[in-house]
Amino acid sequence: MDFSLGERADAFRADVRAFLDEHLTDEVIHRMHATGTFNDKDFNGALAEAGLLAGAVPGYGDRDPIELYVLFNELEKAGAPYDGLAVTMLVAGVIHAVGTDFHHTEVLEHLLTGRFNCCLGYSEPDHGSDVAAITTRAVRDGDEWVIDGQKMWTTMAHEADWVILLTRTNHDVPKHKGLTMFLVPMDLPGIEIQPVTTMASERTNATFYDGVRVDDRWRLGEVDGGWAVMGVALAFERGVMGGTNPAVPLLRHFRRWAVDAPSPDGGTMLDDPLLRERLARTAMANQVSQLLTLRAAWIAATGGLPGLEGSMAKLYATERYQQAVGWFQQMAGAEGLLSFGADGAAADGWIDYDGRHSPVMTIYGGTTEINRNNVAERHLGLPRSR
Amino acid sequence: MDLNLTEDQETIREVFAAFFDAETGPAHAREAEPVGFHPAAWERLLQTGAPGMGVAESAGGGGASLADLTVVATEAGACIAPLPLVDHMVTARLLAASGTTLGAGAPEVVPLDAVLAGTAIVGLAVRPTFDGIARTVPTGAVAHRVVALDGERLVVDRPSGDPADAHLPNHGCLPMAHRDLTDVEVLAEGPDAVIAFERAVDEWRTLTAATLVGMARQALVLGVDYVTEREQFDRPVGSFQAVQHLLADLPGLIDGAHLLTAKAAWAGDRATAGTVGTLDVDANDVTDFPALAAMALVAAGEAAALATDRSLHVHGGYGFTEEYDIQLYYRRARALAYVLDDPARECRRLAGMLFADPRGASAHTDHASPARQGVAG
Repeated sequence: MDFSLGERADAFRADVRAFLDEHLTDEVIHRMHATGTFNDKDFNGALAEAGLLAGAVPGYGDRDPIELYVLFNELEKAGAPYDGLAVTMLVAGVIHAVGTDFHHTEVLEHLLTGRFNCCLGYSEPDHGSDVAAITTRAVRDGDEWVIDGQKMWTTMAHEADWVILLTRTNHDVPKHKGLTMFLVPMDLPGIEIQPVTTMASERTNATFYDGVRVDDRWRLGEVDGGWAVMGVALAFERGVMGGTNPAVPLLRHFRRWAVDAPSPDGGTMLDDPLLRERLARTAMANQVSQLLTLRAAWIAATGGLPGLEGSMAKLYATERYQQAVGWFQQMAGAEGLLSFGADGAAADGWIDYDGRHSPVMTIYGGTTEINRNNVAERHLGLPRSR
Repeated sequence: MDLNLTEDQETIREVFAAFFDAETGPAHAREAEPVGFHPAAWERLLQTGAPGMGVAESAGGGGASLADLTVVATEAGACIAPLPLVDHMVTARLLAASGTTLGAGAPEVVPLDAVLAGTAIVGLAVRPTFDGIARTVPTGAVAHRVVALDGERLVVDRPSGDPADAHLPNHGCLPMAHRDLTDVEVLAEGPDAVIAFERAVDEWRTLTAATLVGMARQALVLGVDYVTEREQFDRPVGSFQAVQHLLADLPGLIDGAHLLTAKAAWAGDRATAGTVGTLDVDANDVTDFPALAAMALVAAGEAAALATDRSLHVHGGYGFTEEYDIQLYYRRARALAYVLDDPARECRRLAGMLFADPRGASAHTDHASPARQGVAG
């Protein structure tokens, strides 16, 4: 085995780091937390102009997913606004895999400029983990489809130019076989967005679709073939596109605080043996999370769809992140409760932020339980439990 | 980047998987209890060349890399082979290296060709020596000669009696014994001797981690097989989600420990070749061998402890009986994970490497003193 990224990916990483040094200002990070929108079109546009974005589309151009991994891994480690970009590039990858020339020209070309965004319209108020049971309907009317329904967790909808929308087109077949995917322009009549605020700084949305008419050209994949399109999207999502190294900035923020923070026992917090043990355990878990993620990226780079490996990476990384957050929150004590901007806040408020953010990590992008089902059934070969 | 085994390693894996499957495994482990050594299996192992395979070709060995040896150790772990192979391979590399790098010459008390052939078994006292005694040497009850660090002296002992007489009954049926270092041959002395010894212990960490990964992998197989066969409430136990989820956590944990162990071995081989690693925790960029070796042992110990625990649990009461094999794995996983030290202390030692300079941005490897360079062949 060879654990070096290789010359090309190393050079690409150096370019990304140089870009971040220049463009990831405190102002960009502050704006993202103040607005709750982890997306910055100027930042994304600058990434595209620096030539770093074409490599972020799975399967596109001559870049391989190791470079895709490198880009999102560096963005995540640096604490950059990348959520909107990850979703957008994921959709770009799906379009590249299953889209038509029309989709390439009308959408993909725009997405590559960094100035346009997509959002994901899978979940509904009554259908989350059991996403194949969704009820948003698309009914054919000549060359058009008429869409009615409601989606939940449509994060970035208020920034997005298109939504990738999972709809039901057939009620007479098993639930997985009656789904169709559309790319829907967000400026069509009949679409309404309502903000949903969260206990962390992230904003998400509920979106409503009332008699929305789209031309058949916006259909992505086959009629009743939406589940296959979902499969492609999910394989790109888990592991490769960020979300599996959140404890890297957490450790950095906490360590930098502990270096100077006085300990009630004398000396600094960094002298505390239990704190040192937990820092080391977190550093170890960060290495493992990185390796499991790299494996998923490497499988994608060599032509596979790393669905199960992505599930394993997400299971491991998110639980270890939550464990570290719990440790650091307790060890930072009262100062750890203080928020961004509060006088004396431990790690400038990052402990409070991660404490707010961490619960969602084992929920979105496939819950821990759904990922365990995947591993149990498809990796261990155990019988279906549902 | 390449996460495949090399062609040679794939061959090594196939050969040794077949060997350990035929010549070791739970039945042999039972026969070898309580000492934890199967002399007939060791005799047959000598024909494979395994005892000397990790020693440089220039010193008469097989020239295998540390990465190659992890492949062997994982297959041995999967079959809980009652053989002192990891300790022997690591010590053989140390003896061969001390002859060349430390200018110590060939040890008199143990001919190197007998070590390479495996007719003389050597072991490593992995814990610090106190008052002239190396305590709880992992293979102390079977090794003809044990290498230890006594202060700054790298020594080989000269036991007077049969080491097997000193076996200490223990949790994992390891061939453990204390070794008296009163009568020793000094191989080398001073900082370089300490460095060579520490490098050997890091190799031991890496190969023991590889062994634990193999144990964890097989423990999971035993658990999955059992819950697939066993029925309650007219259904296989493995069809219940509560049982499935206990097991579904394990593949990622085991694969993660496996990848980390492979990365440690890769870093160890690079260190041997003279490449200095990095230690940048802030960017999660770690290629330093000693740090990765410590991480690998902790991660693999954790994976093996949890895999054997969950697997035993889903066996129900039968898992607690001597009759079922999972108890063999359960006890050995803990013994190998804790025989060097408490994992928490290992983590604090790791913290000393990762956060060595608390005021610096991060401990980049300019502490790449000779202590960070490879010396073993």
